[in-house]
Amino acid sequence: MASQPDNASRRAFLRNSFMMIPAVSIAGGVSLTAEADEPAPNLSEYQPAFFNDEEWSFLLAACDRLIPGEAAGKGPGALDTNVPIFIDRQMDSPYGHADRWYMEGPFVLDGSPDLGFQYPYTPRDVYQKGIAMTQAYCQQQHGQRFEQLDGDTQDTVLQALEANEVDFASFGETQKLEASEFFSSLLANTKEGYLADPIHGGNKHMASWKMVGFPGARASYRDWVDQHNVEYPLGPVSLTGERG
Amino acid sequence: MAKQQPRVDAVIVGLGWTGSIMGMELTDAGLNVLALERGEDRTNEDLAYPKPADELQYGIRHTMMQKPKQAAVTIRRDLDERALPQRKLGAFLPGNGVGGAGAHWTGVLIRPTPTDLQLKTFADQAFGKGVLQDDMQIQDFGVSWDELEPHFTFFEKVCGQSGTTGNLNGQIQEGGDPFEGPRSEPYPLPALQDTQNTEMFEKAAKQLGYHPFPNPSANVSRAWTNPYGMQLGPCNYCGFCSRYGCLNYSKASPQTCILNALKQRSNFDYRTNANVTRVELAADGKTATGVTYVDNDGEEVFQPADMVILASYALNNVRLMLNSGIGQPYDPVARTGTVGRNYSYQVGGGIHCYFDDIEFNPFATAGATGKMFNDFSPGNFDSAQYGFIGGAKMHSSQASGTPIKTPLPKDAPSWGQGYKDALQKHYGHHMKLSMTGSVMSYRSNMLDLDPTWKDPYGMPLLRMTFDWKRNEHRLSAFMRDRLREIADVLQPDYRDESFNLEGSHFKVTSYVSTHNVGGAVMGTDPSTSAINRYLQSWDVHNVFVPGGNAFPQNFQSNPTDLIGALTYWSAKKIREEYLQNPGPLMSRA
Repeated sequence: MASQPDNASRRAFLRNSFMMIPAVSIAGGVSLTAEADEPAPNLSEYQPAFFNDEEWSFLLAACDRLIPGEAAGKGPGALDTNVPIFIDRQMDSPYGHADRWYMEGPFVLDGSPDLGFQYPYTPRDVYQKGIAMTQAYCQQQHGQRFEQLDGDTQDTVLQALEANEVDFASFGETQKLEASEFFSSLLANTKEGYLADPIHGGNKHMASWKMVGFPGARASYRDWVDQHNVEYPLGPVSLTGERG
Repeated sequence: MAKQQPRVDAVIVGLGWTGSIMGMELTDAGLNVLALERGEDRTNEDLAYPKPADELQYGIRHTMMQKPKQAAVTIRRDLDERALPQRKLGAFLPGNGVGGAGAHWTGVLIRPTPTDLQLKTFADQAFGKGVLQDDMQIQDFGVSWDELEPHFTFFEKVCGQSGTTGNLNGQIQEGGDPFEGPRSEPYPLPALQDTQNTEMFEKAAKQLGYHPFPNPSANVSRAWTNPYGMQLGPCNYCGFCSRYGCLNYSKASPQTCILNALKQRSNFDYRTNANVTRVELAADGKTATGVTYVDNDGEEVFQPADMVILASYALNNVRLMLNSGIGQPYDPVARTGTVGRNYSYQVGGGIHCYFDDIEFNPFATAGATGKMFNDFSPGNFDSAQYGFIGGAKMHSSQASGTPIKTPLPKDAPSWGQGYKDALQKHYGHHMKLSMTGSVMSYRSNMLDLDPTWKDPYGMPLLRMTFDWKRNEHRLSAFMRDRLREIADVLQPDYRDESFNLEGSHFKVTSYVSTHNVGGAVMGTDPSTSAINRYLQSWDVHNVFVPGGNAFPQNFQSNPTDLIGALTYWSAKKIREEYLQNPGPLMSRA
């Protein structure tokens, strides 16, 4: 079991650590976005910038199954932590536009999957097409939209996407986008939104960091590195100086 | 007609480690030096706290890395497969911008062994006929340990290398690596602090009779002032190191160790967003006249220079040589030509160990934090009986503990309540046992120009042909068995493993290593090396090509220490001989 540090070293450690916490709101030379100083928005009041209402309903429902909330067990869920807001903001970031990727043709779609992503699609495209085709699949299989299905049925749909058992081509996909590609983007982005710094819109109040014990942007452990097998005692701080 | 800039004595393509070292050395020699960097500038303000402490931005979105948009690599596994572009980064993460990969590397600064530098000689002595694959093309580097030793020592002082000396002038030292080549001076600084995982690894390794020592580190353990007067502060174990710029002035980088001194020199200048597309040659093809680059406005500019230093990473150095007609392109069928020959890499593998009741605090770490042992590097064990050549450094390292990258047991659910439970249970309760293995060079592992895809300036992309071979599969299986024995000592509550074993092929989709080497290798024979042992092109004598491209095959250690030492070695020859009498430093005969 983990032991506790003795009181003297703990006090010295706490003192040093608090001195290290930056007062970023008053520090010069630190660039922060204006909205980062605002309190985290409520998901229910958020107006998505990229997703339309129908896409947004899917995203909320899917994120809730990928990382379920408090009701389903200990720890916050994707909706508790504003993960859909994170994903919506990412769609307007350089990432959403595939700004760094090589997107010149020709696009060869029959190569080995081990040679990596070859679609002519940005993440924005993948979401729009993936959501539309998943909804068409839900209508075909269940006569309802994804968000109208019960939780267990939603899980079977997500499992079918993950296992690439939903044939997107039969719903009009022409560039061989696969269900599993859409699913893996959705899952990766959901985890990013859950665990990234709140400055990017998710991980509201650093709830996931508190759950796992990650101290966030403290980034100074000179006084702790030699305390082996001892639980770190301080909560997280964020890039904007929020403390948890 | 391209715009033309005033002539300089030397133009350096790329401002990472090798470009910065060459800048320092050539300005020391009194030359007017200009560096052209295709990425952005990157200054101290860009690395100020808390900006780098952002896993999404740097660890996941690769903000400091090369953009495939600017220059993707196309990849295939054998000569018959159709290569496809690596549209987003995956297996390797080359740097971009001032500082290059040196601005965001992990900071493991370790020397190869004397045997690694003369592997062909060693192979001929230690391996009977028919043991090794006949498509293997391993070679000696053409430079000896004794020749390079002073340059290792100097570069390590530039970086404030921290670690425990193992062999001082032939005397084995307690706590260091008894297998290291003799050092003329001890490590500049003592080793980084241990962490929980290093303490456990060391104990288990010693129990099995191995010789563990601290990962040699360029994250400095104490305050350090280097030979250029640059100052580094002691590492604060911030946990944002590998893939991040240092927020604490503790990680050796071109920025922290060289550039602020270099920028003060009036005979040095640099331009950013200057993308060199080719080296221009004189009519007879025997000398370079300068380079052509595309500036920030998309305009083509000719920069005349008396010397050209290609310092733009192994892969781009080879591409520039091929796109400029420097040397003969390698032909894997006829086995002629040298440019693109002997591309090599490193092979990884490891065992994830999960301990429910141990707190590893993985966020409290330096990038280079870890312990390793070198008992399985070439010459230290008999690998011939297992049918492979090469070796591996065996280690437990802990480069960061950022949460998005949290490893979870393979049988843990990847989503749903089970995922959340697993995340909660395993974050901070994990350590890894790793092997980093050498990769030999082979007839068909190579680089050339892609016939289909081009960059935004119309220049062909580089095409990489690479796969794991039988030798590396066997090496991986041997090292796996040794790591399993360590895991048996540690007795984790849960473990799983991942190795490149027989039948596995190179995949570009997940990270392997940014130790891409070879392709324009150094040597003493112009029929098997693109550059001579002073890193000078055999064909165009005023072009020098420092970088990992010079390695004829790869060894098990991290490449940066040798790249730095080779760059100083080359610079010394340029200063002492080439500048007085420009011409080939070695005769082709």
